[in-house]
Amino acid sequence: MFTRMLASALFAGVAAGLIAALLQLWFVQPVLLHAELYETGALVHFGSASTVPAHQDVGGIDPLRDGLSVLFAMLVYSGYALILVPLMALAQDRGARIDARNGLIWGLCGFVAVHLAPGFTLAPEVPGVAAADVGARQIWWFATVLAAAAALWLIAFGRNWGTWAAAIVLLLAPHVIGAPEPDVLTGPVPTEIGALFAARAFGVGMAAWVMLGGFAGYFWSREMRAADAVPAE
Amino acid sequence: MNAHIQTAPASRTGTLAAATFAMLIGLGLVVVTGHVQADTLHDAAHDVRHATGFPCH
Repeated sequence: MFTRMLASALFAGVAAGLIAALLQLWFVQPVLLHAELYETGALVHFGSASTVPAHQDVGGIDPLRDGLSVLFAMLVYSGYALILVPLMALAQDRGARIDARNGLIWGLCGFVAVHLAPGFTLAPEVPGVAAADVGARQIWWFATVLAAAAALWLIAFGRNWGTWAAAIVLLLAPHVIGAPEPDVLTGPVPTEIGALFAARAFGVGMAAWVMLGGFAGYFWSREMRAADAVPAE
Repeated sequence: MNAHIQTAPASRTGTLAAATFAMLIGLGLVVVTGHVQADTLHDAAHDVRHATGFPCH
């Protein structure tokens, strides 16, 4: 059972990670590099008095840096897949149907739990933004992801208003409590770049997660068919 | 007869054990690639961490 989970998760994670990396390099990386020009002080932004052109040459492909991004995107999405596939298996044991089509919905829920829920209060950070202590933000991030994932599970598989009410509380609580915030806002990056970065990060995350869910559902249902064909395993 | 009754729970236990183990590995992978602050790891994963919405610095 574990080997089947591992195989499905790694196939799905590597494929979705590759798609995430390519989308990131195409759509997010130029925005990130543009922001770094302000983060490092190469460009300086003075609000309405700024005369810095909005279009900057941010360079092309950097084989080492971009290669590492591809590698780490595959690792991150393989990690996510190793959580997603076992959850699918547990749901299947309780009567849920798992296939590539349903997987798309699982993927969308994964995006909501891991990107949208924490990002609703702790927005995807463009390099250079002011932020609170990273350890405190990470604790809040994990707690929020866990609460959102549990809430989505309760919404999907709950059978009464009690569980749905608990789900609403779990979804709202992290944002009512609030995330760690910086004392002073010192970000040197123009707000236009920060907003575009957050929007692009969400878009790429959603596309990658929907693909991850679809692939995970596809590979897991294939493994289950193979297991049924060989009952002795 | 008992063996037949015990089949379903046994398979569920198997799924739960395998799922728990797999999820721990997945969590470890996400923590190491996305959250550990060691300099080398942070620099290598920097762009992915930002693009994925992890708290980075």
